[in-house]
Amino acid sequence: MAEIVLDKVSKRYPDGALAVSEVDVSIADGEFVILVGPSGCGKSTTLNMIAGLEDITGGELRIGGKRMNERAPKDRDIAMVFQSYALYPHMTVRENMAFPLRLAKMDDAVVKAKVEEAAQILDLTAHLDRRPANLSGGQRQRVAMGRAIVRSPKAFLMDEPLSNLDAKLRGQMRTSVSRLQKQLGTTTVYVTHDQTEAMTLGDRVVVLRGGVVQQIGAPQFLYDHPVNLFVAGFIGAPSMNFLPATLSEGALATPLGQVTLTDRVRRAAEAADAPREVIMGVRPEHFEDAALVDPTALARGATFDAHVEVLESMGAEKYAYFSVEGGEVHASDLADLAADAGSAGVPDTGSQVVTRLSAVSTAAEGQPTKFWFDADQVQLFDPASGANLTYMAD
Amino acid sequence: MAVLTTGKRVRWTVIDVIVVVYALVPVLWTLSLSFKSKATIGDGYFIPQEWSFQSYLDIFQTNDFLLALVNSIGISLIATAVAVVLGTMAAYAIARLDFPGKAALVGFSLLVAMFPQVSLVSPLFSIERSLNLFDTWPGLILPYITFALPLAIYTLSAFFREIPWELEKAAKMDGATPGQAFRRVIAPLAAPGVFTTAILVFIFCWNDFLFAISLTATTRSRTVPAALQFFTGASQFEDPTGQICAAAVVITIPIVLFVLFFQRRIVAGLTSGAVKG
Repeated sequence: MAEIVLDKVSKRYPDGALAVSEVDVSIADGEFVILVGPSGCGKSTTLNMIAGLEDITGGELRIGGKRMNERAPKDRDIAMVFQSYALYPHMTVRENMAFPLRLAKMDDAVVKAKVEEAAQILDLTAHLDRRPANLSGGQRQRVAMGRAIVRSPKAFLMDEPLSNLDAKLRGQMRTSVSRLQKQLGTTTVYVTHDQTEAMTLGDRVVVLRGGVVQQIGAPQFLYDHPVNLFVAGFIGAPSMNFLPATLSEGALATPLGQVTLTDRVRRAAEAADAPREVIMGVRPEHFEDAALVDPTALARGATFDAHVEVLESMGAEKYAYFSVEGGEVHASDLADLAADAGSAGVPDTGSQVVTRLSAVSTAAEGQPTKFWFDADQVQLFDPASGANLTYMAD
Repeated sequence: MAVLTTGKRVRWTVIDVIVVVYALVPVLWTLSLSFKSKATIGDGYFIPQEWSFQSYLDIFQTNDFLLALVNSIGISLIATAVAVVLGTMAAYAIARLDFPGKAALVGFSLLVAMFPQVSLVSPLFSIERSLNLFDTWPGLILPYITFALPLAIYTLSAFFREIPWELEKAAKMDGATPGQAFRRVIAPLAAPGVFTTAILVFIFCWNDFLFAISLTATTRSRTVPAALQFFTGASQFEDPTGQICAAAVVITIPIVLFVLFFQRRIVAGLTSGAVKG
């Protein structure tokens, strides 16, 4: 048990490429922190630097108050779960889990007891004498977890540990990872690409982009108050809709029509000295079928007509997609996100808007529908810097 | 699996038979000659008309052959052991580490492998003469190691590259020193590669004739392939064909045993299950 402090930690490769730039994170004892970001953002490099598998080229790493930069991985007393599990194929499950204890020269009786206790926790008792090759993906994942927990390290590092599992198993393992971490109360740093894991698992989320920390905070806070376009676009699935808009005297001219700003949004925009041309961000759930909105709420937002192109009925809710003329936005933050999602090369069909509607909505594919969105939930971004003009750090 | 039509099956059978016959006829012929009696050795029959073990008895009665056999076994085993140990360490470094001069090392070892050995015989002869290595075991072991190492390094580095690097990282995280990670995780997984390499190197040393004939002079260090050349019959008018064939069969046996013994350990897919495949 220990706190992990990254004090301006940087990683520069010999060829000059800067993979991680001055990351400042202080992870409290027992905290579960998620590192998230698109591929190549430096999240795995950061984790490897904490582990000691990669050298730190700048800054200081402290675990439990002690400088760790020069210590070998084995002297840091932290355990790691790899994306590929990295089980030793020539050893049985029991030997795999006992390996760290054997290296620590523990008594046979202690090793046996600890391995069996870990196997009990992870429901692996029946598989202790099998080899990794004969286990299913989920079982291998649990063995990898077992090897990490068996020696009660100061911290766990997990590098996308669930990404090789199929969707259903991933859901189950996600809850069991969360439960296990709470039960053991061990400081955990968890790298993921997965939206759901980032939102549900961590106490705090660190969003990285190109080796630079964008924002650190509780998952819900990041969702509600993204600090810039990148975080806004990255956190949340389906992601936030972005449309160009023009600010003038308390109103916002958007491709969806004229929107009267609420006091909260106007004051924030004034405080941030917003430019005239901005980018408006609206989350899918802040749209609704206008027919289902009560009149007081209807007055608070804006209504517009759109032609529903695709309607996905999920049972509990419906996703309606339509495109907006003149709705393209251009910002480097969004270009990065598109590149990561692999949609950079997809032919532009104008700007597509995703809305989440109530399941009782009668909207139908190919039909014009009257939509409403909540003007109080609108976020405004500076197109040049990407900064959130309505951000409030409360 | 593709369905085999009758025509295809026949074609493949014919091709298989041709290949097997082509490869095995000289071996079987040698075997047949070794079992023929002196009188029938030139009769031209493929299967001996009259079975005789006289040739085998003859070669084991001469001291020359037994000494040569001891030399062959000793020199080949020592050279194999040294080449495999050095090769394992070099191949591991090449597959895993980045160090200055790595490309030069790989290129240089390839150069050694390509160098025509026959052009080195005369200089080696002179060097060994002045170093008092001529006609000694080290005199053969050293050149064998030199020429077997590139082979060992290339084969082994291919095996090392296949072992997932994450296993080593995992071992380090579990508290292993680099040495422990190598001994307890990497080496056991590389074992099939090490055995394969050992077989190849052993065969290379065992079969060598060029160095054996050039760098030896007496039974002190002469190996079997060279010793065969010095076989004579009981009198100078006698033809030692039978004995040579018997000796050839005898020296083939260790190779066959070596391969059969180690083949079981060359299990493909030993690393399956380490990482998601």
